[in-house]
Amino acid sequence: MSILGTRVVRTEDPLLLTVGGTYVDDLRVPELTGAARVTFVRSPVAHALITGIDVTAAREAPGVVAVLTVADIDDLPPPPPAPEGEPPPGSEAAPLPMGGPWAEPLLAVDRVRFVGEPVALVLTDDTYQGEDAAELVSVDYEPLPAVIDLDDAVAGETLLFPAAGTNVPVNVGAPADGSGFDGCDVVVERTIVNQRLAPVSMEGRATAASWADGKLTVWVSTQNAQISRFIFAGAFGLDPAAIRVVAPDVGGAFGAKIGADRDAILVAWAAKHTGRAVRWVETRSENLVGMTHGRAQRQHITIGGSRDGRIIAYRNEVIQDTGAYPRMSGFLPFLTGLMASGPYDIGHVETANRVVVTNTTPISAYRGAGRPEATAAVERAVDLFAAEIGMDPAEVRRINLVPPDKFPYSSGGGAVYDTGEYVKALDQVVTAAGYQELRAEQARRRERGDTLQLGLGLASYVEITAADAAGGETARIVVHDDGTATVYTGSSAHGQGHHTAWAMLVQGELGIPMDKVTVLHGDTDLVPLGTGTYASRSLQLGGTAVHLAAVDVREQARAVAADLLEASEPDLELDTEHGVWQVRGDPASSRSWAEVAAHAGPDGLTADVNYTSQPTFPFGTHLAVVEVDTETGKVALIRHVTVDDAGTVLNPLLAEGQRHGGIAQGAAQALLEEMVYDADGNPVTGTLVDYAIVTAAELPSFELLLSETPATSNPLGAKGIGEAGTIGATPAVQNAVVDALSHLGIRHVDMPATPARVWAAISEATASTATREGQ
Amino acid sequence: MIPAPFTYKRASSVDEAIDLVARDGEDAKFLAGGHSLLPLMKLRLAVPETLVDIGRLSELSYIRDEGDQIAVGAATTHGELAASSLLGRDLPLLAHAASKVGDPQVRHCGTIGGSLAHADPAADLPAVALALDATLVARGPAGSRDIPAADFFRGLFETALDPSELLTEIRISKPSAPGWAFQKFSKRAIDWAIVGVAVQGGQVALVNMDQTPVRAVGVESALAAGASPAEAAAHAAEGTSPSEDLNGTRSYREHLARVLVRRALEDAQAHA
Amino acid sequence: MKVTVTVNGSQIDAEVPDRTLLVHFLRDVAGLTATNIGCDTSSCGACTVLLDGRSVKSCTLLAAQADGRSVVTLEGLANGTGELHAVQRAFRAEHGLQCGFCTPGMVMAAVSLLQENPDPSEAQVRTGLEGNLCRCTGYHNIVRAVLAAAGEREAR
Repeated sequence: MSILGTRVVRTEDPLLLTVGGTYVDDLRVPELTGAARVTFVRSPVAHALITGIDVTAAREAPGVVAVLTVADIDDLPPPPPAPEGEPPPGSEAAPLPMGGPWAEPLLAVDRVRFVGEPVALVLTDDTYQGEDAAELVSVDYEPLPAVIDLDDAVAGETLLFPAAGTNVPVNVGAPADGSGFDGCDVVVERTIVNQRLAPVSMEGRATAASWADGKLTVWVSTQNAQISRFIFAGAFGLDPAAIRVVAPDVGGAFGAKIGADRDAILVAWAAKHTGRAVRWVETRSENLVGMTHGRAQRQHITIGGSRDGRIIAYRNEVIQDTGAYPRMSGFLPFLTGLMASGPYDIGHVETANRVVVTNTTPISAYRGAGRPEATAAVERAVDLFAAEIGMDPAEVRRINLVPPDKFPYSSGGGAVYDTGEYVKALDQVVTAAGYQELRAEQARRRERGDTLQLGLGLASYVEITAADAAGGETARIVVHDDGTATVYTGSSAHGQGHHTAWAMLVQGELGIPMDKVTVLHGDTDLVPLGTGTYASRSLQLGGTAVHLAAVDVREQARAVAADLLEASEPDLELDTEHGVWQVRGDPASSRSWAEVAAHAGPDGLTADVNYTSQPTFPFGTHLAVVEVDTETGKVALIRHVTVDDAGTVLNPLLAEGQRHGGIAQGAAQALLEEMVYDADGNPVTGTLVDYAIVTAAELPSFELLLSETPATSNPLGAKGIGEAGTIGATPAVQNAVVDALSHLGIRHVDMPATPARVWAAISEATASTATREGQ
Repeated sequence: MIPAPFTYKRASSVDEAIDLVARDGEDAKFLAGGHSLLPLMKLRLAVPETLVDIGRLSELSYIRDEGDQIAVGAATTHGELAASSLLGRDLPLLAHAASKVGDPQVRHCGTIGGSLAHADPAADLPAVALALDATLVARGPAGSRDIPAADFFRGLFETALDPSELLTEIRISKPSAPGWAFQKFSKRAIDWAIVGVAVQGGQVALVNMDQTPVRAVGVESALAAGASPAEAAAHAAEGTSPSEDLNGTRSYREHLARVLVRRALEDAQAHA
Repeated sequence: MKVTVTVNGSQIDAEVPDRTLLVHFLRDVAGLTATNIGCDTSSCGACTVLLDGRSVKSCTLLAAQADGRSVVTLEGLANGTGELHAVQRAFRAEHGLQCGFCTPGMVMAAVSLLQENPDPSEAQVRTGLEGNLCRCTGYHNIVRAVLAAAGEREAR
């Protein structure tokens, strides 16, 4: 019986559960002995000119090794010129980040553009001295008007980048002319908000660095050690061979630790500049303004169709707040546009987007990166359409979901969906949840006028994973002469359990037991080439690379075993149950992997794979059931039922874990989380007291249903599961809240559906009802 | 994340603690559970130069049945209050409210005295002390004095305590009117109350409806005049001045106060 | 000041600055890095350890407050012969961890919860863990793990 597809507990856990992981702050490697601690001095104002920095007092503070400002950065090469043929800034394909007039410095030069922008670094012998010394750095700021509101940004009265002449670095798509909606009996339009979020990985950002003998070693809490190496190489003008990047255990990332950011580069630079090893571990307050934020789109949605439920046209026009620096160029709203029409067969789809800069923390990828925004918009649009024509939202979906015989399906957004069973997913959820009984209960409560009203929210989604599959992923397998195997993977797990999964693949293909398989990742000395983990790409690309490397090793071993057994290759078989090679039908001939590998030579058997492929499109349906206290506005999520179909499941335990985590983050966006700035650009939700991360007490246990519609692009049949749960959960919960209040005439509530916001909607609806009734 | 430097002193008696703080004046603070003070110090919003640790003074940690009163030592933790069978029987409002403070870890450390002396208007126990007409016993260099809860809370984070006075005991008369309730409304279970209500008999106190906890006198008068919970609750926001913040506008808080008071009064009737 | 804390059964004596937080004492003086720091407002619980048997947030205590007292961290949870605690076993069996950063604090909070309430309902587990944030698991399997550990203790 193959191990593939079975629930296997993780090989990562024994250490994590006994001595804990080794995150950057836990490293006790010789290179970091006596490392100085880095404390950043960050701007407390959102937009200002820097008119002076005085570090004299700070330099005298106890334990201070150095206080570094932009004036000290005299030892870095200028950035290279843009390569020829590079798409210009403003186009969707513009490189990330945007350079030219939008270039982001390492330390702020003559102005700051967001609260939290780094202005200086303080190096001290120990941690406690750092904050003391940093307080003594005196920076003079001449405030400039803060640009926070999106319309103010567009209007451009105050420019963040005067040389650019605008606050709108990207503007694509045709303005609406409405013609696509002619022929629709019903057209609904709305402006909705997909609010700014903070990723809040439990481990914040952290970097340690050491320069010795012309070689730079950087330990970074990153999702991509190899990409980070190239980033450092470019920043320092070094040959990548002179740099080693290590991703130790990483305490969560969710897209916000892709590569290495300016703070990480500064830490590495500080090590070079002072000759002393350094370590930086950000505090949570720093993290909430210094780590990139996610989402932050304002969307104008227009949906049109006929009264029988058919959707004919859909438009999503996005303004993407990118924060103070356009690190992602137009990429996030591009993905929003690509996935705009979701799993629906809509004939006419229009997208347009603008990216604007504001004096806030820069925006980057956060679990879903542009796709949750697309799904949240179209799922609200579908429910708005359903409400307008008076049809049940499940029925509207059923009518419009792409049917199974239309795959591969070219969507109106420009994507080609590979495989899917969208209606089946919807029906599976609706049946398992007892949708009709729930509707009946909802009706009973409405009839009685209960304080606690029930809401049902659906979201059907499709999402794109491994969008950069053409970039591929690497794997090397070595089977050693002692029968153990080592897997070197370009993937970079930060909680996903790749070590377990890749060991399962090896055991499945080669019969080498998991406890004899060591998986290594995240160290460019060991794995020089690779992409890393984001975009839910790892199983389909990294896992397939491991699988193909295993197949390669197996075929090499076949030849070696044939030689060893003096038999011909076709007569040999690999018994994966026992991990032995033998002549078919002759168990006495069996030889172990150790023997075969030893026979291959002193280096055993090795295979290297660089696997490239195409994106895949997981899909599903979520149903959220909420109870709304109509007297207070408080919402309780009481059930959440899902299908998340990401193709063939390698380890159900791991897949479920990814779904659970995704659902929790998705529900949290709908109900609790929002990064808020005041009009002066000061973060109002700057600590975990105010930025409301969901706890166990606010969530139910989730009801996950199984559905496997294999991908056809890779031999594992796998699509990506990491972000799907988040993408489906947010709109399901938001739709449920609106549904709970629809009998009051409420058609929309923006996220997060906090008690205050929900009550405001109820109060406005009941007031206008009272007014109407009174007339 | 790291407090500014300070000197730590541990007192071996209440009098010694008072003496140590009196010496350093404004720059010295008492440290009991530290779960109001240390978070402020870690963000450097409070920078005392001396901390006098009274957390180990067993003479301040007790829950005693004194006939028609219950006496609670100021350094008794929220967890101890919540688990007390004496309180569960004779003063369930206090036990229940204590069980809602923060989270389990906070309840293992935070103390009733610390919470009252810190006087955060969004905290749960100050309103409970008010609803129960508690007497707060304070001791300072000049000796001991009794402060009625009604006189104790003076303003935002401001109490009747002098800087070198220490709360030693909270005395509460066992309620003659049965019927109690506690309503704490927040976004998440661990959050501070957006609005809260503590009821004991005909006495109603509000959490986070002003700069201090306040008695809902309009409600109390209505109840005394025979109003139903719904009728009485209509007066809940009278005389209050709730703040506006991310969690709600003034009018939302006033509305919540009316809803929660009504629910609390209905609960209390059911408990009676 | 001089501080003496018994950590996982061993006495640690050290001269530390008065303002030393217990979590830093554990990590940097006692060298036990399993206990993590996840926030600066006592919100996340990643730093949870047992102090005289009860769960506390070690970032919100001074090492001085633990002087003369006894602390147990994740590293001290397995018994002397290396046999894992029921909670540790259950977390693995139920996939109650992903990145592992919240895990030491979560496990210690769960141990304390079960000591005070050996047979909790799901709701009591969820409320009992309200002081511990996790961003990876959605809590579903953490709750299963705690209930499983409770069941195992019951069965024993």
